[in-house]
Amino acid sequence: MDREDRPASFETMSGIPLDPVYGGGPLPGEFPYTRGIHPSMYRSRLWTMRMFAGFGTAEDTNARFKELLRAGGTGLSTAFDMPTLMGRDSDDEWAVGEVGRAGVAIDSIADMHDLFADIDLSQVSTSMTVNGPAAILLAMYVVTAEDHGVTRSQLSGTLQNDILKEYQAQKEYIFPPRPSMRLVSDSIRFTTAEMPRWHPVSVSGYHIREAGSTAAQELAFTLANGFAYVEAALAAGLAVDDFAPRLSFFFNAHIDFFEEIGKFRAARRIWARWMRDRYGARDERSLLCRFHTQTAGVSLTAQQPEVNIARVAIEALAGVLGGTQSLHTDSFDEALALPSERAARIALRTQQVIAHETGVTNVADPLGGAPFVEWMTDEMERQAEAVFTHLDAIGHGSMLEGVYAGIDDGYFVEAIADASYRFEREVNAGRRIIVGVNDFTEGDDHRAELLRIEADTEDTQLKRLGDVKRHRDADAVRHALAVVGEHAGDPNCNLMPAIIDAVRARATEGEIVRALEQVFGTYTERAPT
Amino acid sequence: MSDDERPIRIVLAKLGLDGHDRGLRIVGRMLRDAGMEVIQLGLRQTTDTIVAATRDEDADAVGLSMHNAGHLTLAPRMRRALDDAGLDVPLVIGGIIPDQDVETLREQGVAAILGPGASTEDVVATVRAVVGRSKAR
Repeated sequence: MDREDRPASFETMSGIPLDPVYGGGPLPGEFPYTRGIHPSMYRSRLWTMRMFAGFGTAEDTNARFKELLRAGGTGLSTAFDMPTLMGRDSDDEWAVGEVGRAGVAIDSIADMHDLFADIDLSQVSTSMTVNGPAAILLAMYVVTAEDHGVTRSQLSGTLQNDILKEYQAQKEYIFPPRPSMRLVSDSIRFTTAEMPRWHPVSVSGYHIREAGSTAAQELAFTLANGFAYVEAALAAGLAVDDFAPRLSFFFNAHIDFFEEIGKFRAARRIWARWMRDRYGARDERSLLCRFHTQTAGVSLTAQQPEVNIARVAIEALAGVLGGTQSLHTDSFDEALALPSERAARIALRTQQVIAHETGVTNVADPLGGAPFVEWMTDEMERQAEAVFTHLDAIGHGSMLEGVYAGIDDGYFVEAIADASYRFEREVNAGRRIIVGVNDFTEGDDHRAELLRIEADTEDTQLKRLGDVKRHRDADAVRHALAVVGEHAGDPNCNLMPAIIDAVRARATEGEIVRALEQVFGTYTERAPT
Repeated sequence: MSDDERPIRIVLAKLGLDGHDRGLRIVGRMLRDAGMEVIQLGLRQTTDTIVAATRDEDADAVGLSMHNAGHLTLAPRMRRALDDAGLDVPLVIGGIIPDQDVETLREQGVAAILGPGASTEDVVATVRAVVGRSKAR
């Protein structure tokens, strides 16, 4: 389903035949992979057009998934609502007003069944954007598949499961950093042993950038987090080449075109060098920085929203020219609400125009060798290396400890807040023009039709959750949750099997999180300065 | 000291689970740079913690940042909680608020709504205006 038929030879619109690649080495597919991870790049296979979707109840989102697959989308990506992301059931006091609003509400295995109803999980690859309770959602996905006769080893997809950037930027944490990392390394160990086609962590710069970082900070913090996961998995006893090939990344494609392209190219080069030289990886696949890209939500304007279609196209093109493996294009109405179906379709069509009309896919890394592109790539790498040096120093030679220290002392949060405020002041002072916001403001008269979440979503979901709780074996749930708590207290025990058993017993997400919390505690951020 | 000489004091917070705090942080710095006293509560606040801070800090206004599409439920709850506590301070909402919800929120007692792209001048002037109106009442 991810693959598309590509022609055997390529020529321009006017009939000029094209070589697979131009310019000198190292070529695409050659160390350090600055020019791309495959020799032929999009000539042999286009990126996965993976559109992020989720709202309302599981049934609502299931309908949107099917629509996206019918429209030519080639992978699924699930947006969960805030209570689900924070490990709270829909009937939790904290969930009021947020059930099904900014994503789909998932409380138990019953919702997961509805979310993927009539979708063959052995054929589709699924991305799940969840971090704090990621291990629980992974367990639900495994149980859903197995209930439909699909084995866990057949499942392909990605769990975001990148908890470190939550403390730095997105703020959807539950437990403190160290026990959270235990869950991450347990899920890496579990998928490495039992789910060979699964990507257990998608190390994400996207949210760091959305929170206001610079491009170089996004690059540096993300790769530093990647190194931290590698060190955590090594400490858990895995060999680098056993898990590193399944790590993947997720970057933002913002509006400054060449800066973004330089960032993507630098990411591949840095990752390859560090994995080989610092972590001793020998398998070539361990060296490859594979990444998903999403266009920058923060670059979208509420004013003259149709203009966002142009922004998204330019940002998506930067992702493609930067060599991304998959891409989500934002919908033009996302500064106003969750995307409407029409806006989501236009966003997907934008990718299809780039893929099939522009010709940029006909040559691998068409920009390689351009002096400005190469300079920008070097500059991004230089700035990132300066950050690594700092983290390595405060971690006394460990990137994992350096990242913990940077979370504990507020380094990441402050650096991002400073960059974000600097940008805001530039916009305010008119030193930066944002079309339709601080210049060219006339013509903001058309109002697009927005997606409305039905007011009864919360009631519907509460009724479904009540049904699940009434029709389950309460003793089995109690027992399963006790085992989860027991295993949480034993650092040598992998938590995944106990979580899978609890999910199967129809324990809810919130119940499993509370069982873990009793052992792990919770995390509270210092108030902003 | 008369009310006019004292700087405006505003409580800023995110109510509920929503973690998008970029706007909250920027607005806090904007208002502080404009000479206001900002009491930043940060993430994961409840109506109770916000009411308590508003009372304890003798604040002139409350600002909530909302990016979770829960504003139609949460903003009126906040207004009621302030009213129930006898706190006659204006409530300002910033964030992703669709146009069609603005009127509803105003009817429910939200003093002002600041959308995406609001400039420093907009934010500062809005807070000054709602606090001024409230004091004249």
